[in-house]
Amino acid sequence: MRCRKCPKRAVLGLPRHNTAFCGDCLTEFLRTQVQRAIKAQQMFSPEDRILVAVSGGKDSLTLWEILLKLGYRVDALYVDLGIPGYSSRSKEKVEQFAKLVAEPCGSQLTIHTVEEDAGAGIKELANLIKRPTCSACGTIKRYQFNRVAWQNHYDVMATGHNLDDEAARLLGNVLQWQEEYLQKQSPSLPASVEGFAKKVKPLYRMTEREIAAYAVVNRIDYLVEECPMAKGAKMLVYKDALNRLEAESPGTKQRFYWGFLDRQEKSSSVAPSMSEIDQTTLQPCIVCRQPTTAVTCSFCRMMARAKTAVK
Amino acid sequence: MKVHLSHPTRDVVIQGPKRVADIFKELNLIPEAFLIIRGQDLMTEDETVADGDSIEIRPVISGG
Ligand code: SF4
Ligand SMILES: [Zn+2]
Ligand SMILES: [Zn+2]
Repeated sequence: MRCRKCPKRAVLGLPRHNTAFCGDCLTEFLRTQVQRAIKAQQMFSPEDRILVAVSGGKDSLTLWEILLKLGYRVDALYVDLGIPGYSSRSKEKVEQFAKLVAEPCGSQLTIHTVEEDAGAGIKELANLIKRPTCSACGTIKRYQFNRVAWQNHYDVMATGHNLDDEAARLLGNVLQWQEEYLQKQSPSLPASVEGFAKKVKPLYRMTEREIAAYAVVNRIDYLVEECPMAKGAKMLVYKDALNRLEAESPGTKQRFYWGFLDRQEKSSSVAPSMSEIDQTTLQPCIVCRQPTTAVTCSFCRMMARAKTAVK
Repeated sequence: MKVHLSHPTRDVVIQGPKRVADIFKELNLIPEAFLIIRGQDLMTEDETVADGDSIEIRPVISGG
């Protein structure tokens, strides 16, 4: 197979675009698509300071690299969850990338260690408060991401969510008719009350396969291994179903998710916007001052429960 | 040829030479969920893997 843009050998076919690219043209394609996403969704400008949440996986490291290559002012946050084996291996990948690629561009890595802060890793914490590990983990990661962005005055928080993630989440939300979640499924959520920075997903136009291919071509050394807690996650079932549909009919995932975004945009002139809803329901947590819909935020409630469980 | 797979990590041996597309079929895998890597290079589905080659079939789907 030849590249459709130049005479070189293709390294990846992209059936959804009915094309194929060599390594250089694939790199160019992804960077252009990310730039297009940033523009189309008005995510940020070259002056904004961006904080990327990195896990050591392909999506977040690729996002960090592309934003650096596009010349944005971007730093990263890694949350060390204290999962035996997996956490040290993922941290090693992140630190290596930071040292070899990011730091030479003047980009900084911040590491938050759950065990230092809470006295236990994520698994023990979740056990203490009798919650599923992934739900406790989600609360902690969201909280620390917000906190670091807020304390260090970042304008924008970016995550590596891709087209497969968003299409799978949309499928899940539609299957359960979780309309309140549908509202929040935009690749660009505005900054709301003080304390929450803007949240963006610049990879929402790219599939996981394209991102992984970019990482391989550009020698981004990421962790292929998955978090051991992820096994059997519902998301994987949805992703698998969507990929089977995609194989039969290339472009299904993008038609599904982008079609949803188009409809959402058309109806947003009538419905109250996310930031309007936020303004009326969010207030500062009485313990830590981060915005919350309750009196005490879910993170502070979780920590209080963990403390009483130890006693 | 030697084929390296992940989740769980294992190696299988398949008779070559064989086209990448046929390897996917033989292992009952959806191409959309994997990359094929020989050495440090990606391979497209129409390319042929020689019997003496070692390849990695790397999953690209993550659970998060
Ligand atoms: S799989 Fe669960 S525990 Fe692991 S990183 Fe994701 S949310 Fe956290
Ligand atoms: Zn090319
Ligand atoms: Zn709080």
